[in-house]
Amino acid sequence: MASSLLRSDRAGWGFAIPAFALIGTFIVLPFFFAFYLSLTNQRLISPNPTEFVGLDNYRSLLGVAVVTLEPERGDDGAVLRDEDGNIEYPSLRSVTRNDDTPQYRGMREWFRWSSGDDARVVIARDVVFMKALVNTFTFVLVVAPCQAALALGLALLINQRLRGINVFRGIYFMPVVVSIVVVSLLWRFIYDGQDGLLNNLLSGLTFGLFQPVDWLGNPSTALGSIIVMSIWQAVGFHMVIWLAGLQTISPTLYEAADIEGATKWQRFRFVTWPGLRNTAVLILIVITMQCFALFAQIDVMTKGGPLDSTQTLVFQAVERGYGKQDISGGSTISVLLFLIVLCISLIQRWLTRERT
Amino acid sequence: MNIRLTAFATTALGAIWGAQAFAQTELTMWYHGAGNPEESAVLDQIVEEFNASQSDWSVVVQSFPAGAYNDTVIAGALAGNLPDIIDVDGPVMPSWAWAGYIQPLEIDQGTIENFLPTAIGRWKDDIYSVGLWEAAVAMVTRRSVLEKYDIRIPTLAEPWTRDELDAALEAIKEGGEFDYPLDLGMAWSADEWYPYAFAPFLQSFGGDLIDRSTYLEADGVLNGDAGIEFGEWWQSLFDRELVPGTSQDPADRDSGLIDGKYAMSWNGNWAAANAVEAFGDDVLFLPAPDFGNGPKIGAASWQFAVSASSDHPEGANQFIEFMLQDRWQVAFSNAQAVIPATSSAAAESELYAEGAPMAVFYDLSKEQALLRPVTPGYPVMAKIFRKALADIASGADVADTLDAAADEIDADIEANSGYGN
Repeated sequence: MASSLLRSDRAGWGFAIPAFALIGTFIVLPFFFAFYLSLTNQRLISPNPTEFVGLDNYRSLLGVAVVTLEPERGDDGAVLRDEDGNIEYPSLRSVTRNDDTPQYRGMREWFRWSSGDDARVVIARDVVFMKALVNTFTFVLVVAPCQAALALGLALLINQRLRGINVFRGIYFMPVVVSIVVVSLLWRFIYDGQDGLLNNLLSGLTFGLFQPVDWLGNPSTALGSIIVMSIWQAVGFHMVIWLAGLQTISPTLYEAADIEGATKWQRFRFVTWPGLRNTAVLILIVITMQCFALFAQIDVMTKGGPLDSTQTLVFQAVERGYGKQDISGGSTISVLLFLIVLCISLIQRWLTRERT
Repeated sequence: MNIRLTAFATTALGAIWGAQAFAQTELTMWYHGAGNPEESAVLDQIVEEFNASQSDWSVVVQSFPAGAYNDTVIAGALAGNLPDIIDVDGPVMPSWAWAGYIQPLEIDQGTIENFLPTAIGRWKDDIYSVGLWEAAVAMVTRRSVLEKYDIRIPTLAEPWTRDELDAALEAIKEGGEFDYPLDLGMAWSADEWYPYAFAPFLQSFGGDLIDRSTYLEADGVLNGDAGIEFGEWWQSLFDRELVPGTSQDPADRDSGLIDGKYAMSWNGNWAAANAVEAFGDDVLFLPAPDFGNGPKIGAASWQFAVSASSDHPEGANQFIEFMLQDRWQVAFSNAQAVIPATSSAAAESELYAEGAPMAVFYDLSKEQALLRPVTPGYPVMAKIFRKALADIASGADVADTLDAAADEIDADIEANSGYGN
């Protein structure tokens, strides 16, 4: 079978080979190289020979444990409380820097919850990586549906025969063409905590009632700010893909729907949406992959701060590989990221498969 | 006949000139100053004079933008493609020496006798690099502001104490005239600024990034009592809203002092000319405060070194020795406001001569400068410390953050088998 495939389609293979060669050289090969490096202690700058360390890099990234902290008790055995009535616990230092519990040494608190009077603390070997993982997933889960929906909305709006519609298409597409670094720098001014555009706008609209928010300097707003800006920046790109999908739908279907007396919603639900099926799958996968690669906005706007609230996987991979000169650590994150994206893409393919 | 003779003569002359040019062996040099015409002009002039002054060597300079320079050198080294002469940022020098990128200099000790000690890159008993200039930071402010709030003007001999600094900041804050009393430059989060500018505070508290007697352990030093005391104070600056935080607008960092948003700014000599221009005689460059263990500021700027793979180290050394003359230090200082490395050059420079507006910076470099930890592990250590400072500024628990930073530094040292220490 394979030989007949080769013979019958020589021209096809001829066209495909340059792309295969480039993808093989610059994507597939580096991936295997990264996988190999993740099993070593390769550094960026070092005269020491590279050693094989097995799964150590994965262990130091993924190590997690739960410890229980008992509340501080007074001499009478009663639980001590601070002024606000919160139970006082010993510092986590008493566990992570204690010679009796060497297995926890170097681990840090990720999060905690109370169970009765005790506090259960989840400690991780690499809290920054864990936070990056959570932030990246949050980013994907918010951006993928919002951006896809917004892009579809815009595509429907500009898929009309109106005078000057190309001007709107151009405007919506503009942020995609501008370099993401430039866009990030501009949004850094917009989000400025004191006299940024956004704060001025909001305080103008509310006649001065609105108190300025330090959008990028506050751990609870920083990631949200970057999400909003990222959705706005790339929405035009997906709008164009949706638009291409919309224009493949035959006008005769709409005519037939009109003759049947379909409402606007029915036209969308039973003609447009089924016609966009393949486009939807493509857009979902593309947005998911792009979201997992979140880097430039973080690098320019927050460097992962404040308090790791905007750490992401790719930012950490670069920070480790080049900033901290730990090529093996950076490679390990890249391999994990690849596995995550692969799994999610496979699940998405399976969920959106053609059902017969 | 005549024509033919002239043609022959021209060819012969050309051949002689060509031979002379060929007799000079080419030395390549990489420099970080692309995009800065004044700086490049000085370097070009040095190269031109050097090439004309002797017949053995001909230096060719290739400049890179500062932001991409270190990556370029690392990539060049990995590809086995380094030039003969490179320049290296002072704190990075031990890392490159350890990795075998550069070799010890062989220059006449007499030529560097009069140099500021921090302009000389020593690692493990060898000199690997020498700088023609230094950089220093100072508390930039106005005499009129301090007088208005009745704040003592500190001197090199008697700098502010921690209490005096805190009281001064509180008093200015209470005045309500400025957005913040002090601008530390938190907007400059990308580069070396945090460890360069703020680690000296920690060192003045009595802590450090690492135990300098062995360069093997940060635990107990960075997160020791002095370290935690520093951390608490550092965090309190932000809690009390005395300084802008990590989200500071970079434009405010550049012009906030002059625009009257801040009363004081912790900034380097490279930015001092603007302040002199804006405030004239009113400007003050004050020494670092003393937090208990003497006032300290960071040290070591860009320096010149010979690459380990150079085929002609003797030529490269000769060129570096040629560069070290006072007149080139003066030229660089006048062109880009850097502090000359010798007192004699400082005396001749426009900005740092006695009585000149920025002369105090030379004294700061001489009196307060403390090198960043001289170990190949420094670049990684600096990254870790940078993040700890940013986290503490944003409200992270001080002891936990410093513990984690010390652990991370120690783990990195172990992963690198002690960095040759």
